[in-house]
Amino acid sequence: MTRRLLALLLLWAWACAAQAYDITDDTGHVTRFATPPARIVSVLPSLTETVCALGACERLVAVDRYSNWPAAVRRLPQVGGGLDPSVEAIAALKPDLVLMATSSRAGVRLRALGLKVLQLEPRTGADVRRVVVTLGRALGVAGAEALLQRIDADVADAANALPASARGLRVYFEVSPAPHAAGRGSFIGELMHRLGLVNVIGPEQGPFPRINPEYVVRAAPDLIMASQRSLIDMARRPGWAGMAALREQRTCGFDAEQRDVLVRAGPRIAEGARLMVQCVRQHLDKR
Amino acid sequence: MNSTGLAPTPLAAVPVGPGRATALGLALLALAVLGLGLGASVGSTGLDSVLNARHDPVAWQIVWDIRLPRTLGAWLAGALLGLSGAVAQGLFRNPLADPFLLGSASGAALAVALAFAALGVSGMVSGSSGAALAQAASPALARLGLTGAAFVGALGGVLLTLVLAQGVQQTLRLLLAGVVVGYVLGAVRELVQLAQPDVLQAMQGFTLGITGFVGWSACAVMVAVLLPLLLAAWLLARVLDALTLGEDTARSLGLPLAPLRALLIAVLALGTGTAVAQTGLIGFVGLVAPHLARGLARSTHGPLVLLSTLTGGLLLMAADIAARLVIAPQELPVGVLTSVLGGLYLLWLMRQRTRAGRRA
Repeated sequence: MTRRLLALLLLWAWACAAQAYDITDDTGHVTRFATPPARIVSVLPSLTETVCALGACERLVAVDRYSNWPAAVRRLPQVGGGLDPSVEAIAALKPDLVLMATSSRAGVRLRALGLKVLQLEPRTGADVRRVVVTLGRALGVAGAEALLQRIDADVADAANALPASARGLRVYFEVSPAPHAAGRGSFIGELMHRLGLVNVIGPEQGPFPRINPEYVVRAAPDLIMASQRSLIDMARRPGWAGMAALREQRTCGFDAEQRDVLVRAGPRIAEGARLMVQCVRQHLDKR
Repeated sequence: MNSTGLAPTPLAAVPVGPGRATALGLALLALAVLGLGLGASVGSTGLDSVLNARHDPVAWQIVWDIRLPRTLGAWLAGALLGLSGAVAQGLFRNPLADPFLLGSASGAALAVALAFAALGVSGMVSGSSGAALAQAASPALARLGLTGAAFVGALGGVLLTLVLAQGVQQTLRLLLAGVVVGYVLGAVRELVQLAQPDVLQAMQGFTLGITGFVGWSACAVMVAVLLPLLLAAWLLARVLDALTLGEDTARSLGLPLAPLRALLIAVLALGTGTAVAQTGLIGFVGLVAPHLARGLARSTHGPLVLLSTLTGGLLLMAADIAARLVIAPQELPVGVLTSVLGGLYLLWLMRQRTRAGRRA
């Protein structure tokens, strides 16, 4: 009798071990999951969006104060920001997975409290793919590859929607009015490349360089993409008023919601590509 | 022994006996214990966690592993800053001296920025492999972690100041060197942030000062540092008293000023470095705590250092509790609160002094 019980126990242990899986995050920590997580706290908007795009939105129990898409996450409790989350509020929700950026100091603390934490921070197109695959595995869902293919197909559609005359259009994309530009190494730069647009920021400048305002004036872009606030600021920058793109209003000012889509390296990058295409087409129509 | 002589208001210049200081110290300690109790019962989940702590493991964890260590940690960090502040103001004979004056804050901030950059906050350097590459390139930094980096940076900043000042002999040279180091290291940090804009965002979490991430291990580190420093400061208090009479007088009393001063600076650097490493940059506590302590009792530096330590601890502990209440269930970074409250206190103090000056 005892032997049979023991055998049963061994079988059960073996079954558990077979189900358990390890996930390595961007900080190099390996986390073991016996079962897919069902109560998730995400404190980075792009990760929140990825979880939802993978069809696991209902597993989220709380988000950070900046996560705002899809609409369902706005009803969830907020546990602070990504850099200053409330440790207590997170622990109280008894999550079996916390998703956060690698730059947050809270990760160490949450792990010390025995919580499972994955720290991921997507920046480039390759990162987005890697994060989708990693999260798909962590959540135990099958849709990661399909999601990536869908994003890819949507970006390709967006590129096809651009008339041939748009090819080679020289674009300046401003991320913040510091001014920080989107360089060729960033996922925004990669999108521009796939759309057949030319980034006026040279490849030597890195992914999100802070640029000398003079650089843009000399580059004389055909088209400027920026947030509405950036555009207002541009008119005031010395020497910029004379730039043809500004003078002839060859600009697109994105509102806050559109900007969220464009600067978050998440599952909505194809939507970002469509916004860029829309911008280019408006400009071509005017011409 | 003499009174501190730090621009006292005429009426309060009489030093108090040791009895009053002891009573005050005990009262401050009792308040701290009360604060600890309050701190254990305040948070985003409210009093429920305390009531359910016995049978709910998560509630127990919230009270025992989150609220208690962070409240105690806030007290300890505040105490370290209060102690360092009292030492700094005595050492530089300047009531506006701040424990961050000798470059510890800028050093710590730079080290954290470098750590963020090297560890690839983001892996932004060259995409996904950037983080791994940077990590491989700086295993030492990775092992140190942000806390270690901040501590090393704080000490490095002070050492650099000492090198530039060519030792500890001249107060003015020390102060100037501290200012230079503050600006230069700040500029280098700006450069790091320019090169990697992402570091800027991550740095915010550090420069704001957050007590919410303090656990028991961090508390243990701070206790281990605070106790010997307190003892050292108590033993060195006589030097601070002598210094208030001027350096020449102090020297004529037969005190070996240079080594004693070096010791005091070591106390200052270790105190601020440890606090900064665990909580980030928390302004005003180190500046205000000695003023409050002097306001409670004019005394020689021995009791003053102790009172300032206790006051600093209580101050930051109160700020930590308030930070949890103001926008509950979310939290304010505690550094924001201490800066606002500290600024208001100094303003009030200034007005009091002006009025007292007019009356005199």
